[in-house]
Amino acid sequence: MRKIEDILRQYRAGSHENLIPILQEVQAEEGYLSENAIVQIGRFLEMSTTKIYGLATFYDRFRFTPSGRVHLRICDGTTCFINGSEAVINAIRDNLGIEPGQTTRDGRFSYELTSCMGGCNDGPVLSVSDKYHVHVKPEAIPEMITKLKALADLK
Amino acid sequence: MKGKKTNELMTFLTEEVLRYGSDTVPAATAKRLAEIRRDKPSVPVIYVSSGSASIIAGSEQSAAAADLYLTDMGITGLIVRTTCHGPAVFEPMVCIHLPGKNKLIFRNITADKMEATLNGVFHNDMPEEDLVAQSGSTGFEAWHDIPFIEDIPFYRMQKRVVLDNCACYDPESIEEYIARGGYRAFFKTIRNYTHLEVCDLIERSGLRGRSGGGFTTGLKWKYALNSPSDNRYLICNAKESDPGSYADRSVLEGDPHRLIEGICIASYAIGASNAVIFLKTGSPHPLARLKNALEAVRDFGIIGHDILSSGFNLDIVIREEAGAFVCGEETALIGSLEGKRGMPELKPPYPTSHGLFGKPTVINNVETLMNVPLIMARGPEWFRTMGTAGSKGTKLFSLGGRGRYTGLIEVEMGTTFRTIVEGISDGIKDGRAFKALQIGGPSGTFITEKNLDLQVDFDLLREQGIAMGSGGLIIIDETTCMVDFVRYYMEFIHKESCGKCIPCREGTGRMLEILENIIRKPHTEDSNATLERFKGVMQLEIIASVMKDTSLCGLGQTAPNPFISALSNYREEFEEHIFDRRCRANVCRGLRTFSIDVDKCTGCTVCASKCPVNAIYGTRLQPFFVVEDKCIGCGICYDVCKFSAVTVR
Repeated sequence: MRKIEDILRQYRAGSHENLIPILQEVQAEEGYLSENAIVQIGRFLEMSTTKIYGLATFYDRFRFTPSGRVHLRICDGTTCFINGSEAVINAIRDNLGIEPGQTTRDGRFSYELTSCMGGCNDGPVLSVSDKYHVHVKPEAIPEMITKLKALADLK
Repeated sequence: MKGKKTNELMTFLTEEVLRYGSDTVPAATAKRLAEIRRDKPSVPVIYVSSGSASIIAGSEQSAAAADLYLTDMGITGLIVRTTCHGPAVFEPMVCIHLPGKNKLIFRNITADKMEATLNGVFHNDMPEEDLVAQSGSTGFEAWHDIPFIEDIPFYRMQKRVVLDNCACYDPESIEEYIARGGYRAFFKTIRNYTHLEVCDLIERSGLRGRSGGGFTTGLKWKYALNSPSDNRYLICNAKESDPGSYADRSVLEGDPHRLIEGICIASYAIGASNAVIFLKTGSPHPLARLKNALEAVRDFGIIGHDILSSGFNLDIVIREEAGAFVCGEETALIGSLEGKRGMPELKPPYPTSHGLFGKPTVINNVETLMNVPLIMARGPEWFRTMGTAGSKGTKLFSLGGRGRYTGLIEVEMGTTFRTIVEGISDGIKDGRAFKALQIGGPSGTFITEKNLDLQVDFDLLREQGIAMGSGGLIIIDETTCMVDFVRYYMEFIHKESCGKCIPCREGTGRMLEILENIIRKPHTEDSNATLERFKGVMQLEIIASVMKDTSLCGLGQTAPNPFISALSNYREEFEEHIFDRRCRANVCRGLRTFSIDVDKCTGCTVCASKCPVNAIYGTRLQPFFVVEDKCIGCGICYDVCKFSAVTVR
């Protein structure tokens, strides 16, 4: 676990106010917050791990399981909602059989709902590994997932 | 020079522009600045918009296509990545400026259209269907038979003051910002005014906080300045909690340096040596732009230690939010920055006396701070000429939803909402009927047809019980069900409620349950069930009023607003859901039933194969039928049927 040590080195030991930036950086590096990472951060900041979990679970952006090889982000903003994002989200939920924030058993997929991504005129917006799909229709989801399965298997 | 990197251009800009004592610079300097601004380009310049909305619409590919075209044709030209010009419907937007001619503005130039467009412009065979307008000033040759940008309602009815820099320069280039007059106001402020004088000037201008409350900005600064302390903080709230608003993000993406200049001036005014930008996550582009801008500002020595030998130090850091709606509330935001759970605290003490780490803190929103450099540069009297008696200046809105033209807009205070909906947006998409204008997101209200003549004004709206909000405006037409929309907001607030106080934590949950009950498909439909549903609505009103009165923070107090407003304006729609089990917009899944018209059905099997719950049966080439008990009302069959044989009731 070299990486986490490198991240922690940028901060002052015991500085509680840096907890959120540290967690964000660790998650950006590893994709999620592992138990190991939390223990290490706790030692560095002289904080109990329960306190850290208590904080991290309060915020939406932290996840505690590895994300899938293909990670979908679906806009849950108001404009996308008006343009029918709910049906798209339901189609994804039905197709993958998981809730937002979970990962499929085969480790291929995970998805999350995000706030507005800025493509309000092109809603519903779905982003897959920095590529954007606009005007997504619920009936296009099964085909999209099949295509992405191939992508997931390549990774 | 205090920065690390130096070059000739940088020395020129700092020594001869920024540090130059007077407002007007010598002619030679002005000429060079005009060159940096590309006022009179000698080669063709192609401006490709490159904000979040543009990137989603594919502007990066367009820019690459333009680059490829120029290389292939051997044309020397410049490609400048700017940000969104406002109308999101036009993305990716491209402006082409040929030497000596007016600028041409094109809409929806995706990568595949780029070659044809550029060919047309260079060989005078204008691709008319994608052309929006020309824009220019004296000294340029106008194009024939092409409307000017001022003639287009979307632009004509706006007053672009805060947005005037957006889409005109490359937001990653501090040099251009300085050439456009940037950071001069900050240096003038440090040189000429004391802390108190700056607060006075801003107070005199009548600038009010743009995040919703509408508190006089200058007064807030004075409170912080007058609280004795060894250190103070300035926080720029770029959290923009409303899930449907992107005004602050777009403008900070388009003009990051003006925001930083506003932060610099505000920090000086309250004597803060540390400023924090609390940024929304979700889109990676604004963060990248801001980081880039801050680095440039440090290199130029605009922020740092002992700025302009005045003894004033300033450092600005960016903190990304970790994802909690409630962190838009001031005290919760401070908690989050201190590394705690973002939960609101009781006020008073107000942050201006006891804020971040117990020090006096001012929290201003992006739009408020963007106005500050303009007021310092042009004077408070200039600012007072715009707007109404109580609300001065302009207001940014992110206009979204079902309007024909949507996007980032800026209107003068006092503009009516009718102008926005019927003028700027030019009515509703697909010729549908206007239903409501939603203002202020999940804590906001609905503006109905009869209220459309209300003006954008803090006090006038408050009299009507409408909160201005942070700038989200969503046009709703008849295809949106109000009950479902209210449920969506309630679900959002319920998810985001921090759980500290009971009225909000429990109230949002119960309200959501009742609303879901109204639109859920009933298994047994008897009179008792109907009665229960109706009682639910009676309870809803009571819960709403209790939440309003007893919640700890603004989030909980305003959470029932969309419901209260929808119920008072669209009561018949709620009653239809409860009594008639009918959704007039055909949105609510539980209340829809689908049936297949036997005369039209050709038995192609498409609907049956796409049905996620296998509720459609039949034999090939014979009419199919829907089993109502199995149907979940998703509507996929309705969307996929090529023969319009599926009907919805």
